Amino acid sequence: MRVLEGKKLTKFFGGLAAVSEVDFNVDQGEIVGLIGPNGAGKTTLFNLISGAIVPDSGVLEFKGQKLTGLPAHRVCRAGVARTFQSVRIFPNMSVLANVSLGAVFGTKSGMSSAVAATAGEELLDFVGLAGASATRAGDLTLAHQKRLEVARALATQPEVLLLDELIAGLNATEASEVMDLITRIRDRGITILMIEHVMKAIMSICARIIVLHHGEKIAEGTPAEITSNETVIMIYLGK
Amino acid sequence: MNPGTTRKSLISWGLAILIVVLLGLVPLYGSPYTMILTTSIIMYAALTVSWVMFSGPTGNVSLAPAAFMGMGIYTAASLGKFLPLPLVILVGAAGSFCLALLVGALTLRLKGLYFSIFTFGLVLLMRQLVLWYEVRFTHTRGRFVVVIDNTTIFYVMLAIFVVLLITAHRLRRSKYGAALDAIGEDEEAAAHTGINVTALKTITFSLSALFMGATGSIMATKWTYIDPYIAFDPFFSFMPVLMAVFGGMGTFYGPIIGAAVFGLLEELLLTQFPFYYMLMFGIILVVAITYLPDGLIGLVTKWKKGGRAANNASP
Repeated sequence: MRVLEGKKLTKFFGGLAAVSEVDFNVDQGEIVGLIGPNGAGKTTLFNLISGAIVPDSGVLEFKGQKLTGLPAHRVCRAGVARTFQSVRIFPNMSVLANVSLGAVFGTKSGMSSAVAATAGEELLDFVGLAGASATRAGDLTLAHQKRLEVARALATQPEVLLLDELIAGLNATEASEVMDLITRIRDRGITILMIEHVMKAIMSICARIIVLHHGEKIAEGTPAEITSNETVIMIYLGK
Repeated sequence: MNPGTTRKSLISWGLAILIVVLLGLVPLYGSPYTMILTTSIIMYAALTVSWVMFSGPTGNVSLAPAAFMGMGIYTAASLGKFLPLPLVILVGAAGSFCLALLVGALTLRLKGLYFSIFTFGLVLLMRQLVLWYEVRFTHTRGRFVVVIDNTTIFYVMLAIFVVLLITAHRLRRSKYGAALDAIGEDEEAAAHTGINVTALKTITFSLSALFMGATGSIMATKWTYIDPYIAFDPFFSFMPVLMAVFGGMGTFYGPIIGAAVFGLLEELLLTQFPFYYMLMFGIILVVAITYLPDGLIGLVTKWKKGGRAANNASP
């Protein structure tokens, strides 16, 4: 089942087309990778999907419903959650308060604070932060802050989760733990669209990969197809 | 909730009720001078607590209090003759609320300094607008306000303050209080967590304006004569900021203590050193901000911890 679909999405920054006529779709339960050189428009595409910015033209649909033009909090409540390239938790709040906020405000029907706290504890346990509830979020290590950000996004009960460079900046052990976390999230029935520069990670967990370059989609396919794609090789390795 | 928290909250509620009862006794047992002084201290505290309600958690420094207070003052001046006092205060509060709703919806997308400058501009705009109206249509500049006895002013001001305290406390403890904290920490992340940032900011901003308007409506009756320069005095925009910082913004009681100490200090300096009053006031303020970054409350917290945690007291 098609859960997220973009049709001819375009966004200009001044005269520059950051995203240009991009078509894409994500099916229920998939892990889709979004790759491309720096400045290719990956994060801009995420910002378009999550409602941080509005496309100049094109349509976004979530389960057949139009998502285009909805403000960020409505996109979140509709069921599309995200994390950020540079971690954006609420540093001066407790770890549990970070997650509870997502459950109270980000879910479709809302939640009482008590129920949200229980849900929050369960999610902290799921991402491997059990026992850290009372810690000030800003005191966590980067790897743990990233997990917390994922937990906060999950607390909004999303159907689609957008992960922006979750693995970048982690050491090998942390990276493999996070990759395991991503597949466990998928096993919960949540569809994942992820931006990543770490090729090993992308190739091993994504069923399908979309390649952006200069704001345009230049390739799409399985990891095997992408690694043998002439255009992709040319862009990444030069010719 | 564990027993420790319950006991602590019982103590602070008990303390709050005790203070309100003691204040309520001031007109009965205190001198008229004490009562008038206490009225203006409560006014400062009310302005500061309403200011902190919005600007504290969100970190958006509003310089609009004088505009909302002035709105209340002018309501009292123009309707005082026709309507009973409670209604005048309600209209003043509602007027400020609506003005804030309008302004908030237009400008709360502004960030940081731009928001502060705009809100300050609102004070000047309101002043010129009222001045223009008075000169053009009523052919006068000032107005006389219906005089009310000092005891009534005191009790009405105290009542407004009590309602404000309960509102501010409930807001802070509610899920919206947590959402406002989140907005202050990272507005964009808050929006992507499902918080309707614009609506929540606008409503909180308007709620704080409501109490500033009510304060202006009752205090105007004490001043008997007002004109646009008295009603929209930028002083009332800066005082709440200074008093909140002076008392310590991080806690609930900090701003109230700040306002009380500030009010007493002002009165003391003004009566004892009328010529050096502003100079001394300035020096005390500079010293306080330099050495007490967390305000008076920060000093108490530090002292309680015995200086142990002085280094990680607060961000």
